[in-house]
Amino acid sequence: MDMMKLASIFFTMILVDNYVLAKFLGICPFLGVSKKLDSAVGMSLAVTFVMVLATATTWPIQTFLLTPVDAVTGELKWDLGYLQTIVFILIIAVLVQLLENILKKFIPALYKSLGVYLPLITTNCTILGVTILNIDNGYTFIESIVCAAGAGIGFLVAMVLFSGVRRRVEMAMPPKCFEGLPITLVAAAMVSMSFMGFGGIVESIFGV
Amino acid sequence: MSKNLQILTNGILKENPVLRLVLGTCPTLAVTTMASNGIGMGLAATFVLLCSNVVISALRNIIPNQVRIPAYITVIAGFVSVVQMLVKAFVPSLDSALGVYLPLIVVNCVILGRAEMFASKNGVLASALDGIGMGIGFTLTLTVMGSIREILGSGTWMSGLDGLFPFLPEGFKIQVIPASIDPFSIMTGAPGGFFVYGTLMAVAIYLTTPKAKKSSAEEGGNA
Repeated sequence: MDMMKLASIFFTMILVDNYVLAKFLGICPFLGVSKKLDSAVGMSLAVTFVMVLATATTWPIQTFLLTPVDAVTGELKWDLGYLQTIVFILIIAVLVQLLENILKKFIPALYKSLGVYLPLITTNCTILGVTILNIDNGYTFIESIVCAAGAGIGFLVAMVLFSGVRRRVEMAMPPKCFEGLPITLVAAAMVSMSFMGFGGIVESIFGV
Repeated sequence: MSKNLQILTNGILKENPVLRLVLGTCPTLAVTTMASNGIGMGLAATFVLLCSNVVISALRNIIPNQVRIPAYITVIAGFVSVVQMLVKAFVPSLDSALGVYLPLIVVNCVILGRAEMFASKNGVLASALDGIGMGIGFTLTLTVMGSIREILGSGTWMSGLDGLFPFLPEGFKIQVIPASIDPFSIMTGAPGGFFVYGTLMAVAIYLTTPKAKKSSAEEGGNA
């Protein structure tokens, strides 16, 4: 396994292809939960965890059940690819429910800190997005896991940075109709602009 | 009749899903780099919204309360798969333009939100009208946002519309800003999306706030 390629995927997901600021996935939690630093961190950790878990489950299902490739001829044995959306979203919903029950029973401390965010995660488009994009990009299993972890960390970085920006924005006095969400979105535009500065940096470091 | 009409028009400005209810933000920001993508996304979402609202409202007394969210998601995912196949077959250019955001209609909060807030409590006809109204509001907002970003960011308007409507000539587009002027390309990038969205939301809030409040605030300012 090529370590350089893995590192390149990981850092690209965090800095260049940041899910929130460059690909616009997971905007709802980004705007909803980023008011306080600790809830932002809690939500992002829960998202990262479910992302990795969901990728680890959906990748084998896509590869071995929905579109299995015959090892000898290299042709598809059967093609159930059109079921991808339904199967993936159901897996994610079941997984989140399962995780909630397991955490509640065995690790109550973690459940207390992450539990409130878990039900929200089912309809978080980052999770479904990362699982589908991994398949679309043709990543191997290891690459998919690394990509999911990178996407989660990228989400964490964006949330933490933005919760800091947001505290300053709340104290500002914009025109009446800009109060609340509109000015927050304009602030998000500034943060996103600063992330554009990372474009090309990963390629030049890792040379991939 | 007037009540039905009100349900239909509610979604356009007063309860606009994107600007007032702040639902479905992800596709709004992601696909509006071109006006034609906004129209395509809006129509696809409207179709899913209409179908899922009708089915969920018809099944609302059968689905047990505890498993309603998974049941709703399954219904929505089914219709999204239908749309995905139709778009792939008939409008391949839209399929490549929307990419991963087409399957992501499943987790679009506009659709699940309307299922939970409206279709699960109202009859089939009202739910269908609500679906259409919300869909129109969603499509209009996406088109307006796409137009602003496309005109400022690439200087053209409605390019790529020929993929959506085959009767238009190939390579159809309207050049709004002369090609000799460098476009303001950050508008089609990620920051432009956030910026235009925030500004449009402020405009919607300005338009829907009662006028009386505003004039009293002005009087206060003069005094």
